[in-house]
Amino acid sequence: MGHEWPLWEIFIRSQHGLAHKHVGSLHAPDAEMAVKNARDVYTRRNEGVSIWVVKSADIVASSPGKKEPMFEPASSKVYRHPTFFPMPDEVKHI
Amino acid sequence: MYAQMVDTGAKRLRSLDELSPEEREFQARIDADIKIEPKDWMPEAYRKTLIRQISQHAHSEIVGMLPEGNWITRAPSLKRKAILMAKVQDEAGHGLYLYCAAETLGVSRDELVADLHSGKAKYSSIFNYPTLTWADIGAIGWLVDGAAIMNQIPLCRCSFGPYSRAMIRVCKEESFHQRQGFDIMMTLCRGSAEQKAMAQDALNRWWWPSLMMFGPPDATSVHSAQSAQWKIKMLSNDELRQRFVDQTVPQADYLGIKMPDAQLKWNAERGHYDFGPIDWDELYSVVKGNGPCNRERLRARVEAWEEGAWVRDAAMAHAEKHAARKAA
Repeated sequence: MGHEWPLWEIFIRSQHGLAHKHVGSLHAPDAEMAVKNARDVYTRRNEGVSIWVVKSADIVASSPGKKEPMFEPASSKVYRHPTFFPMPDEVKHI
Repeated sequence: MYAQMVDTGAKRLRSLDELSPEEREFQARIDADIKIEPKDWMPEAYRKTLIRQISQHAHSEIVGMLPEGNWITRAPSLKRKAILMAKVQDEAGHGLYLYCAAETLGVSRDELVADLHSGKAKYSSIFNYPTLTWADIGAIGWLVDGAAIMNQIPLCRCSFGPYSRAMIRVCKEESFHQRQGFDIMMTLCRGSAEQKAMAQDALNRWWWPSLMMFGPPDATSVHSAQSAQWKIKMLSNDELRQRFVDQTVPQADYLGIKMPDAQLKWNAERGHYDFGPIDWDELYSVVKGNGPCNRERLRARVEAWEEGAWVRDAAMAHAEKHAARKAA
């Protein structure tokens, strides 16, 4: 058995002008084949108009163990949301 | 189901105070419907059970291409041929989504495939039955894919993120499979007497194996309780089987064909159909490798893998050569 084809993460942009979204992964020998395989595996029903492929090994992720120090600071800053500021009913268009 | 009789390693369900603090926290997340993601802490048995379940599911999709692929060259029209090819291609896609989900648990696809080829990993018993006539393609779509949908819709809510996301994709595509099968059955049943007899014959042969897909009765299923607690099995074998019978019998009535079960009858008190006993010895025998096509199916898979090895190696060598040239 030869060595396994590397794993690629696949991102697809749908037709509605949204950003590329992660849809899954697949194996391919190189980037060109990864794009071709991604077309067959992830866009058989017009799911996309653009494909990005990234080698899984190249993705750097935040550590799940550090979830709290990483994300907790945001939860105490409720004033970042517009609903923090009650507006009087008489004030319109704001 | 597509994953039948998955071993959880559990002899019995442990109570909450028998769990370690980590396990308790893990169970609390599952109880709160928070998805478990690949890099999160998880009990080793959960990880191993999921690898078994998801890979068995993936293998079923891939082996399931064989009985249907058998009829691609002999489909009765160009339209049916194009539809069947699209359906079989979808099964390949479903297998790939699932292998990817399993790989997030730290196992490689080649290892999983090696386990299938050595006989260590299983696939659904249903694919060890032969497709003798064109009507079998109708019966598979209608019954086998119908049973698969029954099982997969609840799995969209399962606790493991990548598995749940793969199931959502699969379910979106699967209903085409069931409908194209029913459409074949409908065409045959509206055709000549011979065509209708062919549809009835396919139903006779596929009905009981379809009911076996849901796995052994709950009373004898030792691993179900653990899998249910981990939310990787959402409904019991018997519940799913009953739902399947209830939904399918009226469809057969519409087609004007009959399930091969003299005891099948509506029970108004239960609000369900009663059905006759299932031959569990047949299921165990097929799972052990003694179904009509077990050897043929595995031989076809191993042959495809071995004969494709040079293509995989050549593609990799080509990619490495180009990468080296680019680096120089």
